[in-house]
Amino acid sequence: MAKVVLPDSFLPYTGGMREFDIAAETYRDLEAELRARWPGLSEMLEKTAVAIDGQIYQDALLEPIGPESEVFFMARIEGG
Amino acid sequence: MAEAVDYKQIGSRPVRPDGVDKVTGRARFGADLILPNMVFGKVLRSPHAHARIKSVDVSGALAMSGVVAAISGSDFPGGIAGGEVAGEGGGTIDDVAKNVMARDKVLYHGHAVAAVAATSPAIAQAALDAIKVEYEVLTPVLDVVAAMAEDSPLVDENLYTNLPEKPDAPSNVANVGHLERGNVEEGFEQADVIVEREYHVPMAHQGYIEPHACVASIDETGRGTVWLSTQGHFEARAATANILGRDIADLKFVASEIGGGFGGKTVVYLEPLAVLLSEKANRPVKMQMTREEVFRATGPTSGTVTRIKLGVKNDGTITAAQAWTAFEAGAFAGAPVMPGIMAIYAPYDLENFVVDAYDVLVNKPKVAAYRAPGAPQTMHAMECAIDEAALEIGMDPLDIRMKNAADEGTTAPYGPKFPAIGFKACLEAAKNHPNYQKPVPEGAGRGVSAGFWFNIGMQSSAEININENGSVMVIEGSPDIGGSRASMALMAAETLGVDYENVRAQVGDTESTGFCNVTGGSRTTFATGMAVTQACEDVIAECKKRAAKLWGVDDDQVEWTDGSAVPGPGVNADVKPMTLAELAGSAAKTGGPIQGRASVNAQGAGASFSINFADIAVDRETGKVDVLSYTAIQDAGTAIHPAYVEGQMQGGAAQGVGWALNEEYIFNDDGVMENPGFLDYRIPVASDLPMIATEIVEVPNPSHPYGVRGVGETPIVAPLAACGNAVSRALGQRMTDLPLSPPTILAALED
Repeated sequence: MAKVVLPDSFLPYTGGMREFDIAAETYRDLEAELRARWPGLSEMLEKTAVAIDGQIYQDALLEPIGPESEVFFMARIEGG
Repeated sequence: MAEAVDYKQIGSRPVRPDGVDKVTGRARFGADLILPNMVFGKVLRSPHAHARIKSVDVSGALAMSGVVAAISGSDFPGGIAGGEVAGEGGGTIDDVAKNVMARDKVLYHGHAVAAVAATSPAIAQAALDAIKVEYEVLTPVLDVVAAMAEDSPLVDENLYTNLPEKPDAPSNVANVGHLERGNVEEGFEQADVIVEREYHVPMAHQGYIEPHACVASIDETGRGTVWLSTQGHFEARAATANILGRDIADLKFVASEIGGGFGGKTVVYLEPLAVLLSEKANRPVKMQMTREEVFRATGPTSGTVTRIKLGVKNDGTITAAQAWTAFEAGAFAGAPVMPGIMAIYAPYDLENFVVDAYDVLVNKPKVAAYRAPGAPQTMHAMECAIDEAALEIGMDPLDIRMKNAADEGTTAPYGPKFPAIGFKACLEAAKNHPNYQKPVPEGAGRGVSAGFWFNIGMQSSAEININENGSVMVIEGSPDIGGSRASMALMAAETLGVDYENVRAQVGDTESTGFCNVTGGSRTTFATGMAVTQACEDVIAECKKRAAKLWGVDDDQVEWTDGSAVPGPGVNADVKPMTLAELAGSAAKTGGPIQGRASVNAQGAGASFSINFADIAVDRETGKVDVLSYTAIQDAGTAIHPAYVEGQMQGGAAQGVGWALNEEYIFNDDGVMENPGFLDYRIPVASDLPMIATEIVEVPNPSHPYGVRGVGETPIVAPLAACGNAVSRALGQRMTDLPLSPPTILAALED
């Protein structure tokens, strides 16, 4: 089961749940599960970057997630 | 790959391909294009920082001889749906549209209200006086902390703080940010020393030397071309098309040479106006800002107020950190609060921290991205607090940072674990640097600070065409601000195994190459370089096929070595290797011209850390500061062109020193900027700075084929606190407000 950690900005939509384990083979699976559990998160997910095992992705749709993966959501960064 | 290796081309320092044109004046910048039948556009700007627009009447201007078009807010479609636009501070496309041309209200002094096009700049300027605008003047909101109060006048009566449940009342606070870990109260209880201060960083401009400029030539069908100075012509095209409700396919955008951007040219200001004026006039329209317009109406970065509390043990361990920061967004939401709070503690491995941030509207220009958006402001407070704590416990400022330094495997404050990073290597390089081992000059102070930026990847495209003589043409879509054409050519030469002199790189327009995101976020050498490298690999694969055809062998029996197709094991010994030139010369016989291409959405940009230190002397009588020496050390990953990496480090240091020592927006009580020119808004000149010493630490990024991390953002982060700490140590008192200009210094000494 992959470990998922949500940022503070997600907590109002998840009833305060910050960390949980999830079975997902790709980020697409994970995102679908999050949308199903907490529909209010959908808009947030569109604006969010994600780190999978330390690698930060702005667009992670097709990225694999392993059973031991750590997944963190965070604000998108662009820069000047 | 992560191992440092000996390259043949990468790491060399060839003369930049655009250098001769730039020093001889041949290079064409945004305002240099002249087209037949061209007319000139000018913008009427608000004389008020905050007012309701009751009416705009452009008929007087249109009646003047020589005036060919006039527009105001009513000429633009309203309520544009769509997401965020490029860069921190980009905001929504609807906000950008209202920033480009005011609709119901003007929100800062200099906000565009109308525009005209005329047969000469003088007539266009005179026509602005013939436009009648009626205003209902409102109280300007100018102080970021006062703006957060419930009883503050509102910049936008329809703005509610972005929270899961809509608040009962509108507010100037657009967004909030929060990060925390552990228990700060318990952390402070463990501390031997606690330091606590409030720090102020002023609103500052990117200070690019070339003002915004463009030429639009649109035909009666709405199709046409825009030539512009921009950090990203694809995204400028998208923003312009969205603002005007057009199809992006109808607009071709061509990037000119660019005289600096630093984030401020990731957004559009003039382009939608020029397109609309050109369409109405049925003639090409040139628009060019004055320096005053650049200051009044384009992208400063946020001024901030940051309160920080730091707990430290006597051995240097940071036990807790707590920060509160308010960012000026300007007239629309979108201050870089999240990168600011994600960066504030990033160099350190902390058990207990919390940071809260607020994105606050004020009646000042809408902020835009500026190198490492948000990080200089927040990290200034943290790095000054560390310096103060180091003084209190009697510890060297590098040692206290090393004691708490993040390393590979450290959980970053924003969540994930760091992969290989170079912060400790930077600290070690600083400790061993000759400039650090010298004694601090008499009467001066030495200030140390860390810097950090995430770096990004995003989308890039590249095509490689092999000419019939084997020379290599690289076409990509990232405007070249810091020497990227040379870097792309070096990576192409390295990958193909040919000499740099055989490679030419150029920036294609929106119709001649694939999509590229903006040149920003330190992404171009990383992401576009990745696309170029992959496109070269595509060329190599094609060359091996061509050689296999000529030799009558299978493709996998051909190898590529030092720019030549080489017969592999099992191929007849009589077969001789073929160079790229030979393959190109025979291409007609094997299938036609040889090309390669690649598009990427690059992931895995590696974070970049820095250490800067400065020796600064202060004249206690006049308050003047003198930077005696300045040293910048940064982990750049592999330095593709070390001279450009050093140039980025020096340029960022110069901008950061300017921000620390002199640069600031000075507003009067009516919200009018009082120093909109380089005489009064004082960026550093050569005589203000010593030669900035640089040391590149190369910890290769394992996610890039050549180990690139990205360079351009991080250099501006550390100078604010390096200067602040140096001046504080020179004076023997903590300086909390930037800029450290003579009035600030003298006021502090009087206190």
